[in-house]
Amino acid sequence: MSDLNALTLAGARDKLVAKEITSVELTEACLAAIEGSDSLNAFVHKTPEIALDQARAADQRLAKGSQQDPAPALCGLPLGIKDLFCTKGVPSQAASAILKGFKPEYESTVSQNLLDAGAVMLGKLNMDEFAMGSSNETSVYGDTVNPWKVDDRRLTPGGSSGGSAGAVAADLCLAATGTDTGGSIRQPAAFTGTVGIKPTYGRCSRWGIVAFASSLDQAGPITKSVRDAAIMLEAMCGHDPKDSTSSELPVPNFEALLTGDIRGQKIGIPKEYRMDGMPDEIEALWRDGAAKLADAGAEMVDISLPHTKYALPAYYVIAPAEASSNLARYDGVRYGHRATLDAGDGITEMYEKTRAEGFGAEVQRRVMVGTYVLSAGFYDAYYNRARKVRALIKQDFDTVFAAGVDAILAPTTPSAAFGLGEMQNADPLQMYLNDVFTVTVNLAGLPGVSVPAGLDAQGLPLGLQLIGRPWEEGDLLNCALALERAVGFSQKPNKWW
Amino acid sequence: MAIDTETAARVAKLARIKVEDSDLPALAGEFNAILGFIEQLNEVDVSGIEPMTSVTPMRLKRRVDAVTDGDQQDKIRANAPDFREGFFAVPKVVE
Repeated sequence: MSDLNALTLAGARDKLVAKEITSVELTEACLAAIEGSDSLNAFVHKTPEIALDQARAADQRLAKGSQQDPAPALCGLPLGIKDLFCTKGVPSQAASAILKGFKPEYESTVSQNLLDAGAVMLGKLNMDEFAMGSSNETSVYGDTVNPWKVDDRRLTPGGSSGGSAGAVAADLCLAATGTDTGGSIRQPAAFTGTVGIKPTYGRCSRWGIVAFASSLDQAGPITKSVRDAAIMLEAMCGHDPKDSTSSELPVPNFEALLTGDIRGQKIGIPKEYRMDGMPDEIEALWRDGAAKLADAGAEMVDISLPHTKYALPAYYVIAPAEASSNLARYDGVRYGHRATLDAGDGITEMYEKTRAEGFGAEVQRRVMVGTYVLSAGFYDAYYNRARKVRALIKQDFDTVFAAGVDAILAPTTPSAAFGLGEMQNADPLQMYLNDVFTVTVNLAGLPGVSVPAGLDAQGLPLGLQLIGRPWEEGDLLNCALALERAVGFSQKPNKWW
Repeated sequence: MAIDTETAARVAKLARIKVEDSDLPALAGEFNAILGFIEQLNEVDVSGIEPMTSVTPMRLKRRVDAVTDGDQQDKIRANAPDFREGFFAVPKVVE
């Protein structure tokens, strides 16, 4: 059978349960696709032996499955795992030189949850170093290339989960894990025509995921459909005693909540997201999406989130501050890279040389900005002020939801995918603007999902973002399903790699 | 406030990242661009607002004060750059 790797999670699951295909066949199809994809540079550590062992075990489990004793939700389904997740015995480097050769002795809770649900791990996926970036250009493994291509330029798949989004769009795996601190699931999903959801802060355990900014980081899936996002998110979520911020709320059966019926739902259009200089195409995409949700029976309402403009500057205080603290652990003592020292070098030189060699330019920049905003004399002026503004940003959302709004519709990104290297000489702030529509959601801890909504004039995918109430991922995904159905986006990149 | 090369050098030192003197002016320039962007936060009236400490209103959970794991020296040393006689080895700290 051909093209098994192009299946969705739901499609493959149904064929596995019906015994039309085996997990080994499915896994071999993905491994063959991965073998032929080196020019995309999405899979950076391939684990075919592990994958085939897991696939064989899944086939045995599926053979025993019955209605009384069904196989677990992801049994036999091959996934890619972002390099930020610690995977036992498999290199986990957060795409950084400072973790070169690091093989964890433990498995992250989220990847363990996926394995417990029967998933097959194909390997580790490229990303921006320590998840800091929006173009996958800060990786020690080199750039990931977007499978979408419209001219001779190589395009970015977005970041930081660029390898995850690219691999899913190119059918190298059925779905992949991502993480989202300021938009790192949703922006790459939008750039690659895939679905990506960041759940409510606390839904997924952060244990075993290399930390960037602990109050903002959340894991989530990147998938080929909204249904797949529901299936995979449910398997990833759940309380974990090893993460004190992980929620004890029960995880609903998200797939069972997918009806596509959004009649009577109130969907907000935030006026502050209509930014100066927004391209007409993005504006039109947004308008069309709103019209389609209205056709599906939703009530569209104009809303205001007055502090939106201050989300990015607040983020670029809080995230680097937390990063400078989290990344203090990379000191060349207990794991990872240690610089070769000159005669007479002491421990301070060891730290300084190790971190200068091990961290890339963007990571160094953010660690130092974070150090500065936390330093004596500036803590109140920068860090505390940013946290107060963050409280106001959250309040904006609380007010809108208290007024009865069920979800908020906005563009995911201010543009389609851009060329790799095009931003090389721009100042770092230009790159940060990629997150302008996504970062508010992290600051407020809310769930947000990007759904592919159309192609721009060049033929590149664009996404629309739906933002939901805290802990209401089920309703949010249902709304996303209605949007997905109404838009009917089915384009795939033409294989050139 | 503008960051000069001296401040940039001090921040690099605090962050324990070696930056060559020749790279300090460019670094100071980048800091200034980023901090200039952050300055916008001064436009916001934050009087009476408490700094946000947790995205969800929750009290951090406490666990039982009991040993839950241990006795795994081999796992802990497995990734160490220099491990000798039961210790992580580093350059001499005290003369």
